Amino acid sequence: MIPTAPVGQAKSKHKHHHGHDVGERLYIHRHTPIHALSPALKIASLLFFLFVVVATPITYWLSYIVFFSLIISVILVAKLPVLTVFKRSLIEIPFILFAVLMPFFGTGESFVFLNFTIYEEGLLAAAAIVAKGTIGVLGAITLSATSTAKDILQGLERLKLPSLMVNIATFSLRYINVVSDEMDRMKVARQSRGFEARGIRDWKILGSAAAALFIRSYERGERVHLAMLSRGFAGNLPKLATEANSQRDLLVAASLPITALILSLLDRLVI
Amino acid sequence: MHIPDGFIDLPTSLAFIAVSAVGVGVALKGAKSELSDKTAPLAGLATVFIFAAQMINFPVAAGTSGHLLGGALAAILIGPWAATLSITIVLILQALLFADGGLTAIGLNVFNLSLVGVWASYAIFLIVKRILPSNKKAIPAAAFIAALIQVPIAASSFVFQYAIGSVATIPVSTVFTAMFSTHVLIGIGEGLITALTISAVLATRSDLVYGYRGQSRKLEIKSSARSNS
Repeated sequence: MIPTAPVGQAKSKHKHHHGHDVGERLYIHRHTPIHALSPALKIASLLFFLFVVVATPITYWLSYIVFFSLIISVILVAKLPVLTVFKRSLIEIPFILFAVLMPFFGTGESFVFLNFTIYEEGLLAAAAIVAKGTIGVLGAITLSATSTAKDILQGLERLKLPSLMVNIATFSLRYINVVSDEMDRMKVARQSRGFEARGIRDWKILGSAAAALFIRSYERGERVHLAMLSRGFAGNLPKLATEANSQRDLLVAASLPITALILSLLDRLVI
Repeated sequence: MHIPDGFIDLPTSLAFIAVSAVGVGVALKGAKSELSDKTAPLAGLATVFIFAAQMINFPVAAGTSGHLLGGALAAILIGPWAATLSITIVLILQALLFADGGLTAIGLNVFNLSLVGVWASYAIFLIVKRILPSNKKAIPAAAFIAALIQVPIAASSFVFQYAIGSVATIPVSTVFTAMFSTHVLIGIGEGLITALTISAVLATRSDLVYGYRGQSRKLEIKSSARSNS
């Protein structure tokens, strides 16, 4: 074992959302109906729900109350820690910043607020972007917190993503920890030789490190391929095991988009 | 940072899902014919490399830093077919696992980065390589220009989608000016990192650089036997 502590390196990898231990770190283990749902149904359910949300204009604000209540109840049923969900949703901050600018742009109805002209059109567009984006982010967080990465791949395979894509994604998730560990070891090695990246003049070294990482990843790919051949690989990977969806699963999965669709249609046609 | 749900309207998002599906379908065929059964493990590890390389922080100045986007790098290292697949998978995993980029916006993001980004960089790379003298030093230079130009092109592709189907009220020209100018700067960084990385790979394993294929010199066998007359 190589001790990694003495360099005094702050574990910078945790600052970045791409993080470490991709599959395992995002999954939050609980025993709930949401966790138990088949991953393919979960992805499809979320996708249809988001299509309903994106298709609803923000002016139907009652619908948006329904959408938010629905996604928040899913999070609560899945017993996900609120703080973790909040932290993971910070990913959307750049687009919120963009939305903040929007009320100052537009045409038509406007009013003056603290010496700034605020356009109603822009205000509505900003609200739409924030509301839809937030629901999307919450949905994806719920998905990755209630299904392991392997489950999600299984789901994608079942949803007929081409098998080559599923295989590439499987390899990616299988080796992301190996490769990012390798990258961390290279970083420790650089630091133990007194290297600290300060500015653009250090890019050459970082570029060589990226190159070394590429060569090692590629050569690992070749070794993996040879190892597979020696174990009888003939060009097709076995399908990831999946069980048939039960009628009940189908009902649970369908309930989210269908409730959203019916209530938003009611809002648009009746009220 | 990718396009979230609801930023571009539904018809546009659906149209781009269709366009991207066709594009990725073509790339699947291309990659299969090129790499055969090696495709999955090699493209898988290349995808992991792109994921990991995006985590390397490149300090700029005064505490700011940037990271690699990787479209041009992937296209030149593993070829545009496999790069299209790799970047698409990076985007799908980012959307599903990290909520980075909306699920309904996946077609928009795949179009900008996997299709426009990868193919624009590869086309520019080939053109510049043809103009420059054909030696090893030309490869990083072509990679620099390809990566530099590719970033504002992909950004313009976003502005194009914004112009078709945006719900936002900021005028297209304003968005274009802002996106284009910032992405030219980002492109310079991207170009530098890409060129440095490619030249380091060329120095040790030039056979792994797709964009350098068929250019390495043939081994010449020179006989030491002299004629005796």
